[in-house]
Amino acid sequence: MEKLYKFLKYTFIILWTVFIVAPFLWAVSTSFKDFQSVNSKVTYIPWLDFEPTLEGWRVLVKSPARGGVDIVEPYFNSIFVTCTASLISIILGTLAAYALSRFTFKAGFVRNNDITFFFISQRIMPPIVLSIPFFIFLSTIGLLDSLLGLVVVYIVLLMPIAVWIMVDFFNRVPKELDETALIDGCNPYQAFYKVVLPNSIPGLIVAGMFCIIFGWIDFFFAFILTFTEVQLLPVKVVALNSSITPWWSLSASALISVAPLIIVAFVVERYLSKGNLSGALK
Amino acid sequence: MNFKHKYVFLFPGLFVLIGILIFPIIFTIRLSLSGWNSYTPEMNFIGITNYIRLFTDDPRFWESFFRLSFLSVSTVILQYIIGFALALMVWREIKFKRFFRVIFLIPMMTTPVIMTVIWRTFFHESLGPVNDLLGHVGIGPILWLSDPVIAKFTVIIVEVWQWTPFMFLLLLAGLLSLPKEPFLAAAIDGASSFRKFVYVTFPLMAPISIGAIIIRLIEASKIMDTVFVLTSGGPGTATETSSFYIYIKGLREFQMGYAATLSFTYLVIMIISLTIIAKVLTKLMIKE
Repeated sequence: MEKLYKFLKYTFIILWTVFIVAPFLWAVSTSFKDFQSVNSKVTYIPWLDFEPTLEGWRVLVKSPARGGVDIVEPYFNSIFVTCTASLISIILGTLAAYALSRFTFKAGFVRNNDITFFFISQRIMPPIVLSIPFFIFLSTIGLLDSLLGLVVVYIVLLMPIAVWIMVDFFNRVPKELDETALIDGCNPYQAFYKVVLPNSIPGLIVAGMFCIIFGWIDFFFAFILTFTEVQLLPVKVVALNSSITPWWSLSASALISVAPLIIVAFVVERYLSKGNLSGALK
Repeated sequence: MNFKHKYVFLFPGLFVLIGILIFPIIFTIRLSLSGWNSYTPEMNFIGITNYIRLFTDDPRFWESFFRLSFLSVSTVILQYIIGFALALMVWREIKFKRFFRVIFLIPMMTTPVIMTVIWRTFFHESLGPVNDLLGHVGIGPILWLSDPVIAKFTVIIVEVWQWTPFMFLLLLAGLLSLPKEPFLAAAIDGASSFRKFVYVTFPLMAPISIGAIIIRLIEASKIMDTVFVLTSGGPGTATETSSFYIYIKGLREFQMGYAATLSFTYLVIMIISLTIIAKVLTKLMIKE
């Protein structure tokens, strides 16, 4: 019985691992193919099935004028928008979360929990509902097709995540910590900055990672609110999909776009194993 | 603590969020009462004409809504079952525990649209590896993307691949934070693994499970990227979800007024149904 269970368990784990890894392996293999090896028959293993070429990768850094794709600029745009929006969201979200965790707010029937819920509930908002008014709003103030416009929109996407994680986190940082600091003569800001914040690094890292993930993977807003001046990575890659679909450069650009965040998986796992995450995600 | 300081902490975030959101929401409501389209791009007032059209003469929206419900509920159920199973498997000591944990997390770190582009080549009906490999074992070409029924399952497969890791992460974090005593007690009583799961693990995990399911439902109700790239709502309207339909009405046909009506109705339905689901789940899973 126990043996059967063990056998089933490992079978399941291995099958699932294969399922997860399969599209990546396929993409890696495809990125070294050329027209012939994609379109004649399905090929898998380089040298054995087909003659690998670096063309798919070379195209990525060539300028469009010379028949390239140039994903370098979209790459930096994506990094800039994601990091800026995450940073602003974390700062504002952490301050708000601290307030919601430590002080009592009362305004009519509104209590702390209602304010927290208001922040978090913004995740319910389907992107499409916001995209049409944002489209008109940003074009009125001249921020359509600009990095700044995207940062503004991404704050709405990311701040709820920061508040959600940080409220839970601060709730488990003992109150005595700030009280001691206040007795020692700190004002509330010093208590927060010098005592609470240094003790909240794990929470901040988790919140930061989640903001970066959800900012980096957004496609829809970038797709609707930018056209030619500014392009983010996902939009650029998907645009490749529409034309005659050069599968090799498509795969290469896809791999290089998802690569940086895979490192995040390792960081998340580390925090998970150390037990820091269990607190930060309720 | 001093009374005034608390506002200094709360207000920047709160007002930035309200400031960014207030305009779009009021604007959507106002726009939904107008007949803004590509012929008359202006904010006229036509009362509730759009709403009457939506409720009496637009089966396509309701179909897309039920399709969305089907897709999001079925993907979340699958994600929960698989995610929970995976979390239980790597919770305690197994070989290469950390390696598998990392692997299981990876898909959620990847951009859905970009991976969907890969999936599209993966499920390509004549040049993709899936049909090729199935062909070798004698299973005829499956129309992954062009059969109205199978296309739905393809979307589900991709969504499950993409988001099971998130469920896995939340549930594993929950499992790791459980207290040790109940498990010791069960071990002393000599409970089997199965009984331990039913009477100890599962009840302890109920609140975390509900949280995870609701978070995933909220995110799944926004399915759009995958559909957009994988099938473009097709074949026909077989995989069209509400968001995608609103997108077609608003930003392809430029019926902004009507699209705003759809958006607003959709938002209200979403808030109501998610609240009900949250209540019902809480009742069902926490009995004791």
